[in-house]
Amino acid sequence: MMPRLWPMFVKEFIQMRRDRLTLMIVTGLPVLQLLLFGYAIQTDVRHLPTVVVDESRTPESRDLIAAFENTGSFTIIARLDGREALDRALARGTAAAGIIVPADYPRQLLRGQPATVQVVVDAADPLSSQSGLAAAAGVAQARNLAILSAAAGRAGPPLEARVRPRYNPGLRSATFIVPGLVGVLLTMTMVLITAMAIVRERERGTLEQLIVTPITKTELMLGKITPYIGVGLVQMTTVLLVGRVVFDVPLTGNLLLLYAVALIFVIASLSLGLFISTLVRTQQQSMQVSFFIVLPNILLSGFMFPRAAMPLFFQWVGLLLPLTHFLKVLRGILLKGVGVAALWPEIVILAAFAGGLIVLAVRRFRKTLD
Amino acid sequence: MTSAAVETHGLTRRFGALTAVRDLSLRIETGEVFGLLGPNGSGKTTTIRMLCGLLEPSAGTASVAGIDVAAAPEQIKLRIGYMSQRFGLYEDLTVAENLAFYGGIYGLRGEAAERRTAEIVAFLEIGPRLGQLAGQLSGGWKQRLALGCALLHRPVVLFLDEPTAGVDPAARRNFWQAIHDLARAGTTVLVTTHYMDEAERCTRLAMMSGGHLIALGTPAEVAAQVGGGGRTLEDAFIILQERDER
Repeated sequence: MMPRLWPMFVKEFIQMRRDRLTLMIVTGLPVLQLLLFGYAIQTDVRHLPTVVVDESRTPESRDLIAAFENTGSFTIIARLDGREALDRALARGTAAAGIIVPADYPRQLLRGQPATVQVVVDAADPLSSQSGLAAAAGVAQARNLAILSAAAGRAGPPLEARVRPRYNPGLRSATFIVPGLVGVLLTMTMVLITAMAIVRERERGTLEQLIVTPITKTELMLGKITPYIGVGLVQMTTVLLVGRVVFDVPLTGNLLLLYAVALIFVIASLSLGLFISTLVRTQQQSMQVSFFIVLPNILLSGFMFPRAAMPLFFQWVGLLLPLTHFLKVLRGILLKGVGVAALWPEIVILAAFAGGLIVLAVRRFRKTLD
Repeated sequence: MTSAAVETHGLTRRFGALTAVRDLSLRIETGEVFGLLGPNGSGKTTTIRMLCGLLEPSAGTASVAGIDVAAAPEQIKLRIGYMSQRFGLYEDLTVAENLAFYGGIYGLRGEAAERRTAEIVAFLEIGPRLGQLAGQLSGGWKQRLALGCALLHRPVVLFLDEPTAGVDPAARRNFWQAIHDLARAGTTVLVTTHYMDEAERCTRLAMMSGGHLIALGTPAEVAAQVGGGGRTLEDAFIILQERDER
């Protein structure tokens, strides 16, 4: 069965080993991206640079400001004298938040009147302003409960919601991002590598010599992708190891199952690249198309932005990306430790993608020069 | 009359508005060294590509080694060897790796593969270059390697598209020696060229201009078509081409 697959595989493997650029993409890119995403991209915003206008200058006001700082969301960078100075700091961008404690704050507290403290947040960036707003509300609520409980002579509030964040109790970005990054990196590198595969031979003039031989289209296509299946799995191992060691990402579930599904996903991505390769005429075009495909994968798959927040139409578009399904598997196995029973629909869909894309690539390819 | 190695009837190929090959009818007998002569753009390469199954004919029929090109292109591929005009082997593989790859693709295995590769290496004297990357070879060596890869599976018909372009005279002479050795052993060779001295070494010639045939016969017959006498093949070619263009 397929007697010419082995020589094709050996040839591709030797060429891959000698191709410095491909080797660099395959080895350097994962580590670089991992460090970039792991360190730089933090969706939990902390330490907003904050300026304070304390008009009362009393122990009570200092106590309140300390409570804000203790949340970790605000870092006081300056104490200013007037509200105009605060406005200027926000406008210039040196501060992302401002806290104003009015002069009558302690007096109102003492009288039992509603006391106000004003928190101004630069909401041009919704993500960081939201965390500031939430932290400010939290400070106020905690204070209210303490004051009311004391007044009512109770030991604590009458009702308390005990929230337990499961699977990622520290709510850490890296725990969420790194498993997803495995999928994103595999998509990027695998699609790009095989998207060049056929056009490169066409451009170098080697395809002409190859297609006057009895090699079948299937042998040619499978020979092109098989050497890179191993590369993809090595890449995944690298990311998981670095994620484990550097970012302390949990590897909870059955890793054997994860590798089995990754194998299917890698084949799907390589086949997608191969299909692109049959559509374009030059290596440059194949690069452009690959990047065009990688972007929606990052935006719509749920890698960074929750799919539930997207309009229905884009949720559907997201379902057309193999990555969307693979992300569920990655997070399911690594963070939740679930198995085939929970993930079989994703596995079936990924297998359908892999099979369908190979067939599409083989059908699209013609053993002629037209 | 089944011994024809290559036979075409009204073979035509159009690219959009351009007709690259028009109504070409040829018959090449087994064991011939048949030359296809003509300037750039006369349709030589398109003809060869149609015969190898690389391009589909727009009209007409062609058969190679008794098999219809349009009906069974994959069966033909086992019986033909092809050397494209541009070096078509892998420059990032060594000579030995290229030979091993094409041997494998043509279905040679184990001891048979070793024996056949050794024969080719000895025939083309490429032993000293086996470990070198193909991309680092000179034109003459590249051409020998390409011929070697095209011969591994003992093709019945060998198509050579301007095999000696950019090759020095000594290497050209060696190459033609090899071609005649192959023809004596029964291989049919169809070769395109625009070197007149090479055309003289063919058993028969077809001259092409503007996509169609302008002369056909042995080198002497073609020269005689323009009056013979002291006329050389080159004179004949120029005269016939001018006549055709008028």
